[in-house]
Amino acid sequence: MSSIILNIQHLCCGYPKFQLSEINIEVSKGSFSGIIGPNGSGKTTLFRAITGTLSITSGNILLNEKSLRSLSPRQRAQNIAIVSQFIDAGEISVEDYVLMGRIPYHSRFSFFESEEDFRIARKYMEMTDTWRFKDQLMSELSGGEQQLAAIARALTQQPELLLLDEPTSHLDITHQVHILNVLQQLNQEMGISVLMVIHDLNLASEYCDRLILVNHGKIHTQGTPEEVLTFLNIEEVYKTVVVTQNNPLSGKPAVFMATRKVLKEIQEKTANRQ
Amino acid sequence: MIEIHKKYLRWAFYLAGLVILLLVSLFLSLSVGELKIGFSDIFRILGQGNDSMEYTILSQIRFPRILLGIAVGGSLSLSGVLLQGVYRNPLVEPYTLGISGGASLGVAFAIVFGLHQFIGSFVLPVAGFAGSFLIIFLVYSISSRNGRINIQSMLLTGVMISFIASSSMMLLMAVTSSENLHGIIFWIMGSLDEPDMSLIYITLILAFVSLAASYLFVQPLNALRLGEEKAKHLGINTDTTIKLLFLLASLLAGVCVAVAGVIGFVGLIIPHLMRLLVGSDYRILLVSSFLSGSIFLVLSDVIARTIISPNELPIGVITGIAGGIVFLLMMSRTSSKSLKTNG
Repeated sequence: MSSIILNIQHLCCGYPKFQLSEINIEVSKGSFSGIIGPNGSGKTTLFRAITGTLSITSGNILLNEKSLRSLSPRQRAQNIAIVSQFIDAGEISVEDYVLMGRIPYHSRFSFFESEEDFRIARKYMEMTDTWRFKDQLMSELSGGEQQLAAIARALTQQPELLLLDEPTSHLDITHQVHILNVLQQLNQEMGISVLMVIHDLNLASEYCDRLILVNHGKIHTQGTPEEVLTFLNIEEVYKTVVVTQNNPLSGKPAVFMATRKVLKEIQEKTANRQ
Repeated sequence: MIEIHKKYLRWAFYLAGLVILLLVSLFLSLSVGELKIGFSDIFRILGQGNDSMEYTILSQIRFPRILLGIAVGGSLSLSGVLLQGVYRNPLVEPYTLGISGGASLGVAFAIVFGLHQFIGSFVLPVAGFAGSFLIIFLVYSISSRNGRINIQSMLLTGVMISFIASSSMMLLMAVTSSENLHGIIFWIMGSLDEPDMSLIYITLILAFVSLAASYLFVQPLNALRLGEEKAKHLGINTDTTIKLLFLLASLLAGVCVAVAGVIGFVGLIIPHLMRLLVGSDYRILLVSSFLSGSIFLVLSDVIARTIISPNELPIGVITGIAGGIVFLLMMSRTSSKSLKTNG
């Protein structure tokens, strides 16, 4: 068995006005990877190609050395679980919502959930601390709680690979850290590979062991946070002046940006000194 | 562990309640009419056999209407709940997509050109069905590209084609004789009065077969509650599911309109009420919508043929008025309840 769970080879895909080209990514088993990049860089397009929502023009995506295209939708859903950015589940009780993660395992003729389905759903709801909401409706939960329920639903699919599209956007720092801690725990304790699109560079640096920086539909850099989050890379891709320094607690690179006002003040000070 | 089965117990309770209600409305419909027959007499008369006038009324007049009411009410309601699931839009009903418009146009065409005089009364349901099927085919082929259908554009296409069909029908009505006009209007308003027993049996069998068939799609329908893309993520082949469910729902509605005329509101209101009552899990929603659609239509028929007895009101009028009022009451009750819990 190879240690690569997801292997993207020479991938080209996209829309008439936006194309991803020559994407090559290897995601190792048990890794925690992040896709970063500015708005409109192609992060979501790449995500949609991996989830199978967008068809591929050329290249290949291999899951455990098998082409994704050769898998049936059910097989795919048993191996890859997806947490979308917007949950929007409405008037469904949290437990019923999480139980939907068992759909890929049900045959067309199965009608009732089995004891095992309930047990699995409960296990992951307890793990994500959503069991206490089980009888509430999804629409009654806060954004962070919905996101946790969505993660519980994804885990109920018992996937090898968990894909998340900006799981922490719209959340305050408490919930951001809570959700990422949950994901980190799942990754470390259960060995689930995690691949997520994430906007916040500092959170990406803290939690991911591998980052893929996307720009203009191509991969700009990929590697460890130290390799990717250099001020040169970030200034080039994000067109923003930044300083990077290591987080004193974790030693991971952290990105600080400079506002125009601050830059001007620094320029004035240097001019005065001269 | 007892917690777990609470959901299933509740479903069983709803199901039992609806079956009892259906039986009650069945007996009510047998008993009430110009000639009142007591509940206890019904068994006696049916047991005695075929000579009495009461027996003829029960078996030849009231019983066929009940059977057709069960079939048409259940089918329209099932068709509505399936379409609402496919479109994820609670305002869609079988008639939104032009199915009734097409059927009415077909029937108007047959009446205006006197086809029923040449060929026989059987031609009206056939014309209705052909009309609705033509419309379904048009809506489907206009909105499908490269084997995939865009469900939002399909809805708009359906509404537009429905307008064209009903306007064409009005054109036919404007130019035809007053006798034909009366025939068309009477047919459009809908009735459970169907002299051909074999047509009733076909509709009934089709209704139950469709109910069973719809249960093969219960997992995809539940997954579609999250949206098309998320259903795909759960391993559902959404393209095929949507196509097949659309065809099933259209076929059901087309047959109903062809046999019983345009009976509005059932496909819209009953699924709504059931969503409020039993929740939106399709495993219970499909069968409860079917049963309550049957109950609703059988009871509406009782009202339609007793309220101005010995004359009969068109059943579409009753379903529209009664259904609308019940629905508004339910809505205001649930919204005040939710206001209270939110406040």
